[in-house]
Amino acid sequence: MKKNNKSKTIKVDYLARVEGEGGLHLHVSKDKDVQAQLNIFEPPRFFEAFLRGRSYKEPPDITARICGICPVAYQMSAIHAIENAFHAEIDPQIRALRRLLYCGEWIESHVLHVYMLHAPDFLGYEDAIQLAKDAPEAVERGLKLKKYGNDIVNLLGGREIHPVNVRIGGFYKIPKKREFEELKEKLKWARDAAIETTKWVSTFSFPDFDQDYEFVALRHPQEYPFNEGRLVSNKGLDIEIKDYDKYFIEEHVEHSNALHSRKVDSGPYFVGPLARFNLNFDKLSPLTQKVAYDLNFVPQCRNPFKSIIARSLEVVYACDEAIRIIDEFEMPDSPYSAFKPGAGTGFACTEAPRGILYHRYRLDGKGTVLDAKIVPPTSQNQKIIERDLTNFVPPRLHLSDKQLTWECEQAIRNYDPCISCATHFLKLEIKRD
Amino acid sequence: MIPASPVLLIFSNLRLSEINMSVSPLIIGIGNQFRCDDGIGLFIVEKLQKRNVDADFLLLSGEGTELMQQWQNRTRVIVVDAVSSGEEAGHIFNFDAGSEEIPTNFFNYSSHAFGLAEAVALSRALKKLPEELYIVGVEGQQFSQGTALSDKVKDAVDPALELIMERLKHEK
Repeated sequence: MKKNNKSKTIKVDYLARVEGEGGLHLHVSKDKDVQAQLNIFEPPRFFEAFLRGRSYKEPPDITARICGICPVAYQMSAIHAIENAFHAEIDPQIRALRRLLYCGEWIESHVLHVYMLHAPDFLGYEDAIQLAKDAPEAVERGLKLKKYGNDIVNLLGGREIHPVNVRIGGFYKIPKKREFEELKEKLKWARDAAIETTKWVSTFSFPDFDQDYEFVALRHPQEYPFNEGRLVSNKGLDIEIKDYDKYFIEEHVEHSNALHSRKVDSGPYFVGPLARFNLNFDKLSPLTQKVAYDLNFVPQCRNPFKSIIARSLEVVYACDEAIRIIDEFEMPDSPYSAFKPGAGTGFACTEAPRGILYHRYRLDGKGTVLDAKIVPPTSQNQKIIERDLTNFVPPRLHLSDKQLTWECEQAIRNYDPCISCATHFLKLEIKRD
Repeated sequence: MIPASPVLLIFSNLRLSEINMSVSPLIIGIGNQFRCDDGIGLFIVEKLQKRNVDADFLLLSGEGTELMQQWQNRTRVIVVDAVSSGEEAGHIFNFDAGSEEIPTNFFNYSSHAFGLAEAVALSRALKKLPEELYIVGVEGQQFSQGTALSDKVKDAVDPALELIMERLKHEK
């Protein structure tokens, strides 16, 4: 800590328990004005450039390497965008299995965040290890629940992280019916555990911090969104995915290596579990809705700290939906649907655990990628994280630097930021003038 | 985070749960081969695999809960990872996590929010550490994007392999 007459700087090496590495700089002046900058100081990763000149077959596997936590999301956005360019029609059973795979990723990603990364903040523990000493049964439940999410990805994806079984048109191989049935038994336990989880997190104490947000999520006429739908918001947005670039732009800001996204007309917006919950509550399964009603957790929730409840509720939904899909599944004739590569531009948004993930590919007649655009959810939430901190800190300036740092980290983790998707490392620095 | 992680399962024909059942030692290489010296753990374990060693092998990104899942129910586990502690590049660390604490910043460049050090500590808190959890770390120098190992880190490969072979000779 450095101190002089005019300013004070607190530097915390590496903000722990977020997925990735970056930095946060808070500048407090006149004891009330706060400027928050999320710095991402690793070089950009140039994945979009890697993709140029590659066959249409490659983006699902190349982009999956952007993230070890949400590779399914990258695979799904890539295949949907390319199939969109090829006007491919996909067998409904294959479509259902894609949803099942996504359920697995939501379970493993959400549970990791809820139990290992975010719950300790609310309960006053430095980390999950300290939490485990006092509440081993809760942590054990989280570990087992996450494992069942891994098991879905393992079964359908061929392995637990960076699945290898996904291809344009469908899958290379579909597991046997018996294997799905075995999974279903585990998922029944997982669904109960997810309900327990949701009840548990709803007992946490939440700072009073309701904000006016523009929530953005996919919306599908029949389903809680994973793979398809229109993009909607609570402030009137309702567009097809192909119009994404007209409504959203990415810009470079000096303090970050990751591009910041904003809505062209209105600036920052909020993506992720709380946005999906607020915009698609009516599409949750009856069981999931009942759990929400019982806990009096209903839309519109505008407190980002309660994202942990929405995230847990989505685990209930993912388990319930996975069981439904397995119950209704009928083996298709082929593990993938036929399609014909051709020139065109394809667009897709899918719902990664952290929010919408946009991919766009322009392909030539042979299906070679001419250019690609990828907008991960964390890039989209960066501006809203900064705005949250700008509003969150002023009433809390009386807190010690240690306590203020703790609460700011907790506020950042509301978004489960996956900074490696955007880029990498996080440090926290508070400067008071 | 787990950036662009190379999570390769060498025995891809086996389900992970089947590997869990095995009584052979489990040797886990951790890292990211696309971030230069961060891939040293993977490199060493791949080499070891070619040496006709009676063990199960896994190459993982280092995500902590995954590690816990793999080593629970095992009695004998060896983990090889890159280290970023400020020591000279190529320095080899080794210790038994059953009896020694790991500094949490030790494996920082695995750079995962919940990584090896945390997995060891959490397993200990839950009383689920394997009977023997031997960790071999190699101090890295260069962790930027790329696939090349630094010269000093390369020089540590053979001594690290010998250390592991020696350890495997001892019955626990």
